[in-house]
Amino acid sequence: MKFRYLWPPSLLGPLDKAIREGSGATAPRASGIAQSDTPSVSGRPATTPGRAGRWWNASWFDTVQFLVFCGALLWLVVSGAMSMGYSWQWYRVPQFIVRIVDGELIWGPLAAGLAVTLQITACSVVLALAIGLVTAFLRLSDSLAGRAVSKVYLETVRNTPLLIQMYLFYFVLGPIIGLDRFWVGVWCLSVFEGAFACEVIRAGILSVPRGQREAGDSIGLGRAQVYRHVVLPQAVPLMLPPLTGLMVSLIKNSAIVSVIAVLDLTTAGRDIVAETFMSFEIWMTVAAIYLGITVPLSVLMNYVERRVRTCD
Amino acid sequence: MSPQNGSQDRAKVVVEFEGVNKWFGDFHVLKDINLRVRERDRVVICGPSGSGKSTLIRCINCLEEHQAGRIVVDGHEIGNDLKSVAAVRKEVGMVFQQFNLFPHLTVLQNCMLGPTKVRGLSNSEARDRAMQYLARVRIPEQADKYPGQLSGGQQQRVAIARSLCMQPRIMLFDEPTSALDPEMIKEVLDVMADLAQSGMTMLVVTHEMGFARTIADEMVFMDAGRIVESASPEQFFTHPESDRSRLFLSQILSH
Repeated sequence: MKFRYLWPPSLLGPLDKAIREGSGATAPRASGIAQSDTPSVSGRPATTPGRAGRWWNASWFDTVQFLVFCGALLWLVVSGAMSMGYSWQWYRVPQFIVRIVDGELIWGPLAAGLAVTLQITACSVVLALAIGLVTAFLRLSDSLAGRAVSKVYLETVRNTPLLIQMYLFYFVLGPIIGLDRFWVGVWCLSVFEGAFACEVIRAGILSVPRGQREAGDSIGLGRAQVYRHVVLPQAVPLMLPPLTGLMVSLIKNSAIVSVIAVLDLTTAGRDIVAETFMSFEIWMTVAAIYLGITVPLSVLMNYVERRVRTCD
Repeated sequence: MSPQNGSQDRAKVVVEFEGVNKWFGDFHVLKDINLRVRERDRVVICGPSGSGKSTLIRCINCLEEHQAGRIVVDGHEIGNDLKSVAAVRKEVGMVFQQFNLFPHLTVLQNCMLGPTKVRGLSNSEARDRAMQYLARVRIPEQADKYPGQLSGGQQQRVAIARSLCMQPRIMLFDEPTSALDPEMIKEVLDVMADLAQSGMTMLVVTHEMGFARTIADEMVFMDAGRIVESASPEQFFTHPESDRSRLFLSQILSH
């Protein structure tokens, strides 16, 4: 319940005043803390006496604020659509996801597109991690050539637009190597995200203190063993949160394969809009489907990260 | 340089430095080091900070590379040859100032990692050995805890046990008590004194002069990258030869 962060402070009115009167930096979070069972960080009671019982500190007021905010947004969209004479046809949307004909499920184009998006993402995650791992080790290696290769790769990939990379892969690399468009999409995304994975992995490895590696060396472990048994077990928990972000951005960036006509979720949405002109409903649905994958993923990874953290 | 003790004159030289020089960039850390350590010798290296003591012993198990001269450890000349590095590290244990225990492994697993992965022991053999050495450093009851749950003194004793589990022929101690609270120093020094009693070859960098005096059979005093003086403890503490070591001793013993 941190909805208050949504408001600019000047609009807060009584709330703003309460924060200034309250107990410094922890005050804005007070109601959130009060709802969970954990004690507040400062050891103070979550709601300080001077602020207790004021109606604008109550959690129901938080909720009301949030609902009013959402309502206002919704009203803006609906009234805007109405004033431009948009005719809503939400009833036509479900058939593009799934239909039931004679008791049999028939998946619509959006579901098929989602399947392709997930396939692309799954393949790209694996490849991007592999590319990231290899380039991270190259960057950390003693080999001058290895460091140069990875540096050139990183700078090139990070400093050109993904869209241009996709065109290069599709129009230049694809015909040369003979990849079909699905794999062009997968490779392009992998190469792009691999550069970020490399930095995440490198930072994770570097964050393990040097003494750990020396201790591994001193008991006679070989280089690979030091990584396998000493460095990576400590580095991976640190890498998990940024790698989740990477996976989420991979799912989102996979939408760009629509420019090379891979039939993913975005392409499916565009095709339907072209046929039906239901741009509001379809694009909202597509966005909701992306959200439906990425949000649970973030939540899951947060959970995993906390589990790994508390283990040590 | 070797102790003037008849029986040890014949002991094998296990660590030998011959004209060793090392630079960190432009900084000349080790200048023309000559040193011989025989089996069962207990050498204490002291000197002001920045004098190259740690660097010297870190050269022995190749944590640092030297640029000139020869270092021979247990018959292996240390150079660019990876095989000799591996061979030397198997036989040389090291204890660090900051313990450097593996935080993601339990005390027992810390002690078993080397024996299972490097010596090829089975898990049960390695566990028996680990428990044996943990008993020797007097903390067998902490075997299933993580390093983070132990005090500094306990962690350092685990670190000693971890090294001993590899059954090394030489033990290096790099300021093992410098990061400890005063009340924990004794428990670590006691374990080290035990080890010295058992005849382990030891090279110890330390500022604990009382300890040095009781266990060392050779004191090596370093300043500005050079070995200034090397003598028996009696001689070093009562009649230091050089002005530099006299000054050092007066500063370190007067407080």
